[in-house]
Amino acid sequence: MNLETMTALELGAAIRKGEISAVEAAQFSLRQIETYDSRFSCFVTVQDDILQRAEEVQKRISVGEYTSPLAGVPMGIKDNMCQKGVQTSCGSRMLANFKPTYTATAVEEIMQAGAVPLGKLNMDEFAMGSTSETSWFGATKNPWNAECVPGGSSGGSAAAVAAGECFYALGSDTGGSIRQPASFCGVTGIKPTYGSVSRFGLVAYASSLDQIGPLARDAADCAAVLGEIMKRDVKDNTSVATQGVNLDAVLHYDVKGKKIGIPTDFFGDGLDKDVAATVQTAARQLERMGATVEQFDMPIVKYAIPAYYIIAAAEASSNLSRYDGIKYGYRPEHVDDLLDLYTRSRSEGFGMEVKRRIMLGCFVLSSGYYDAYYRKALQAKALIKAAFDRAFERYDLILGPVAPTTALKIGENLADPLKMYLGDIYTVMINLAGLPAASVPCGFDRKGMPVGMQLIGSYFHETDILGAAHAYQQVTDWHKRRPAGLDNL
Amino acid sequence: MMITDELVTYLEALGRIRLPEESRAKAQRDLQEILQYIDTLSELDTEGIEPLSHALPLTNVMREDEVQPSIPPEEVLANAPVRKDNYFLVPRSFE
Repeated sequence: MNLETMTALELGAAIRKGEISAVEAAQFSLRQIETYDSRFSCFVTVQDDILQRAEEVQKRISVGEYTSPLAGVPMGIKDNMCQKGVQTSCGSRMLANFKPTYTATAVEEIMQAGAVPLGKLNMDEFAMGSTSETSWFGATKNPWNAECVPGGSSGGSAAAVAAGECFYALGSDTGGSIRQPASFCGVTGIKPTYGSVSRFGLVAYASSLDQIGPLARDAADCAAVLGEIMKRDVKDNTSVATQGVNLDAVLHYDVKGKKIGIPTDFFGDGLDKDVAATVQTAARQLERMGATVEQFDMPIVKYAIPAYYIIAAAEASSNLSRYDGIKYGYRPEHVDDLLDLYTRSRSEGFGMEVKRRIMLGCFVLSSGYYDAYYRKALQAKALIKAAFDRAFERYDLILGPVAPTTALKIGENLADPLKMYLGDIYTVMINLAGLPAASVPCGFDRKGMPVGMQLIGSYFHETDILGAAHAYQQVTDWHKRRPAGLDNL
Repeated sequence: MMITDELVTYLEALGRIRLPEESRAKAQRDLQEILQYIDTLSELDTEGIEPLSHALPLTNVMREDEVQPSIPPEEVLANAPVRKDNYFLVPRSFE
């Protein structure tokens, strides 16, 4: 049994059959973390009760209490999801000592399926960034090339899966934060339809856009995880009841006869040639499998980033006003008065990117600018949704790149925020429209860095996205490639 | 739209943050650049378009109005940086 190449579902099946115990699986993951994490810095916190939890889970599997196909499988959680008693830092000094007294619903659900959480995964501070470099705890490295970023903000989640430190991870996606790191690290990740996974216990960044989802080795694993966490929750008032994801339907999905649209505007200036060619090759592969692929125009693409950064920054400035140095979070010593307490707690607790987005958000919401910016962005959002609605009248799926480039070198974009924002061009629209979309490994560039294709579906069509991704993964092996040098340290 | 030094100071005040002195000039330039890019949105014709706050027709999820135990004070205060008895401690805010 080669645990290094096993998927979560394969490991889950082996545990159920008694071929390996949940405890042995957890011991394996602990060894992987010990071997690789000093090199890639995926984890902010490794839990100290992993083996006890694995023992308990094994007992409950043995008596037939845990029946999920994922029961006993070791996994990781992005450090912006609350877990009772476990440090939840959000990659920020502000929450560096925060131990929640409750657990996020998505984490609760996956625990009830018998998950064995290994710990909390690194991320850009407050999920604001596309490189995982803005974390207070330092940058995570890309397992394919440790000089490159893993993407972000769920960079720790993507890198941990790619390095084999966990079998799958939960991430969150506000403007591409699951899909872009999945693409950069050669793993499969999906942001489900807005509202289909509870946000209760997810530290808020931009509440109308935030959504939790899985990163895993393949589409089938993503479907299995979504099957456990896509549930309506009375604790989240934007939560919706869905059909969930049907794992069986995903495993038997046929793309024959499906119509796939490719927006020509996703292939304009700024897109790396290797990425473009790789995604086009994937489109031809889907065509060979029986899908019809055609191009269509979507000129609204060029307004996606301005609209996104206005809306996301506005919501961030409002959401992050809760950090006042009083109820929880960072607080400096010897403050003069209440205003000084607020200002110094926030100035010393937040990093530069968070401050920048708070200021941008304050600006677009401030008196005199609200209509020209915030209201205008909400109108653009209406037009973006309308453009996708029209597209889905004609297509079952929309295909394009996830990001304009593969993983950049560490430090390359850190000093140039606008350049970093421009990298989000193909992902932010999906959040504005509330649609589900996945990143699926589809090749490598000439430097040997992974490329992901983005499969976008209509509302609640996660089964179509993951079904098509699974069918593609049956005839390709990009998702099975592993970074060189992982085994011979 | 010009990001002036005064506007930076105003935004700091609104956000209750203070930029480190050495990064103020760069922050101002960055904000200017970002805003200039964001301003391309003004080209988009949005005449007569209703602003959209949520893409999906969501309805509020309501809980039954049942009496349930509230969070115990120990848990509420567990992460307080400074507390006194069952209170969050703050500096004196008025004389």
